[in-house]
Amino acid sequence: MEDTGIGLWGVPLAIFAGAIRVSTPFIFVSLGETITERSGRINLGLEGTLVFGAMTAYAVAVMTGSPTLGVLAAMATGAIFGTIHGWICKWPKVNDIAIGIAMMQFGLGLAFFLGKSFIQPVAPKLPSIPLGGWSATLQVQAALNINVLFFIGAALALFLWWAFRNTRIGLTLRVVGDSTDAARAMGINPDRVRLLATAVGGSLAAIGGAYLSLYYPGSWNEGISSGQGLMAVALVIFARWNPIGCFLAALLFGGAGALGPALQSVGVTQGYYLFYAAPYVLTLIILIATSSPTRSLAGAPGALSLTK
Amino acid sequence: MTKLLPMNRRNFLQASAAGLAAGAVPGLIGSPAAAQTALTIGFIYVGPKDDYGYNQAHAEGAAVIKKMPGITLVEEENVPETVDVQKTMESMINLDGATLLFPTSFGYFDPHMLAMAAKYPKVQFRHCGGLWTEGKHPANTGSYFGYIGQGQYLNGIAAGYASKSKKIGFVAAKPIPQVVQNINSFLLGARSVDPTITCQVIFTGEWSLAVKEAEATNALIDQGADVITCHVDSPKVVVETAAGRGAFVCGYHANQSALAKDKYLTGAEWAWGNVYTNFIKAAQSGGKLGNFVRGGLKDGFVKMSPLGPAVSAEGRKKFEATLAEIMSGKFSVFKGPIKDNKGNVVVTAGKSFAEDAIELESMGYLVEGVVGSTS
Repeated sequence: MEDTGIGLWGVPLAIFAGAIRVSTPFIFVSLGETITERSGRINLGLEGTLVFGAMTAYAVAVMTGSPTLGVLAAMATGAIFGTIHGWICKWPKVNDIAIGIAMMQFGLGLAFFLGKSFIQPVAPKLPSIPLGGWSATLQVQAALNINVLFFIGAALALFLWWAFRNTRIGLTLRVVGDSTDAARAMGINPDRVRLLATAVGGSLAAIGGAYLSLYYPGSWNEGISSGQGLMAVALVIFARWNPIGCFLAALLFGGAGALGPALQSVGVTQGYYLFYAAPYVLTLIILIATSSPTRSLAGAPGALSLTK
Repeated sequence: MTKLLPMNRRNFLQASAAGLAAGAVPGLIGSPAAAQTALTIGFIYVGPKDDYGYNQAHAEGAAVIKKMPGITLVEEENVPETVDVQKTMESMINLDGATLLFPTSFGYFDPHMLAMAAKYPKVQFRHCGGLWTEGKHPANTGSYFGYIGQGQYLNGIAAGYASKSKKIGFVAAKPIPQVVQNINSFLLGARSVDPTITCQVIFTGEWSLAVKEAEATNALIDQGADVITCHVDSPKVVVETAAGRGAFVCGYHANQSALAKDKYLTGAEWAWGNVYTNFIKAAQSGGKLGNFVRGGLKDGFVKMSPLGPAVSAEGRKKFEATLAEIMSGKFSVFKGPIKDNKGNVVVTAGKSFAEDAIELESMGYLVEGVVGSTS
């Protein structure tokens, strides 16, 4: 069996490995968006932030030779994008959804424009941690080469889940998100909280972009994201604004996305377009199964413009 | 064609630009103007023109003719295969005065280029990859393509010698005839070395989907494939992922040896510069542009990357011998008997197709030994 096929075991292995490899951008974007939406604002522009982050990280890594600096630079640009969004949205009668779409197009356009000269060069990649040393199977070893950002994402999900409930900052965020008036009555400045929440959200989304360009698939080109930032925003609603839910939903999406190629590789080759639709079919099924005609979305922040 | 409508913006631009263009470009076809006639040429790409792949190969070709005297080049990249490409063509014709257009992506042909060709009968359109048919398609259109399948056959030979697991892998975009022919050629090349080799194919469904291509490459290697090639627009992700997992790589579209280092065996590359130069020379001298232009390795349409260090001496010998046979024009990749992977005979014994056989351009079957399905 050595270094040849592993047969049908390839499918569960690919789903497992895919869940880890593909999910990281979803984790970071959806966690960032959870913070933003918990403060009562929607930032639909994270696709633009993600792609701009991917470009920045790649460009900085090429120029400095350090992928870590690339990630930090991406975080900084993400925070700037988030701040712009938050600043515009604080003005009365500004629609955050419309601004989000505008910011998405702006981010994409700017990233394509500035990123032109970085398509060709090869950037150093982010390191991964080989956890598969115990296994003699090369496939398992490859699947367990896990990037450090995945663990950071997992830890962040747990931390946010705890922090939303148990810290002063978490409480402030939730108050602002549930009722602007109550927050004002408590002496909190809702605009400032939302500005910061959007900036942090943008910064996290940009880390997702850095993972795409610096680790997996590990290359910068204009089609690098193909809509993952938008999917991640939808994941937040799917996960009911719960950080741990976001993490699990991202894993589910990553795993389901790996299903199509894995099935073809073991010889299930008919109808691969159908398997490629698996993540979306799964989402529909879960949303229908968990929906209720009698209550509104559980966990939705009250001041979110979606729920108005 | 002329509608009795109030003049709108587009009609106005069209009318005024047509006047300008007529002044600037003294007739492309049949005009006995001296060589080096001023010409404006439009190139349209479906992706970025530095993608280490399909679009880069065309853009490198365009860069060759840009240096020719009297040539003005207008280029637009990232143009989707939708009505958008019609708008791009109209603006190149009306605003830039282009009289020869090269829409380089497969999906531009029908209906987009054909619609524009009917609307602008004086403009010449040459499409890469389309199957132009006399009588069916307008005379001011045409298609050109290279027989890169032979290049994939040579890739297959290199792969056949390099593979230890006797399983090779192919990451493919869409099951169109050119892709299918490349898959088949790759396997047939490998089987000319060892008839027990199989080739696993994974279709991603799109020309450029970075994450899915990386997943497909990983899935192939998980199943034991140890030489990978591909037919997607930008092979960069596949090449880097495969080399990173320790598999050998055969390149496609352009030379990717810089990305895979010593894991790079060889690659089938386009040499569009020659093709475009011929078109421009014909246009400038007032000659007729071919409507159906095809060529392979021996015509300089296609070239092979230099062999990498991992190719054995034996492999090198067979590779070079086959290449020489191809250059002499006597070689045929599809020689009967060939069965498809469902067991039907698709090429009967004794029959063989030359590289320019029209039957090969509508290939819809995967040959025996390819594990995969086109639907």
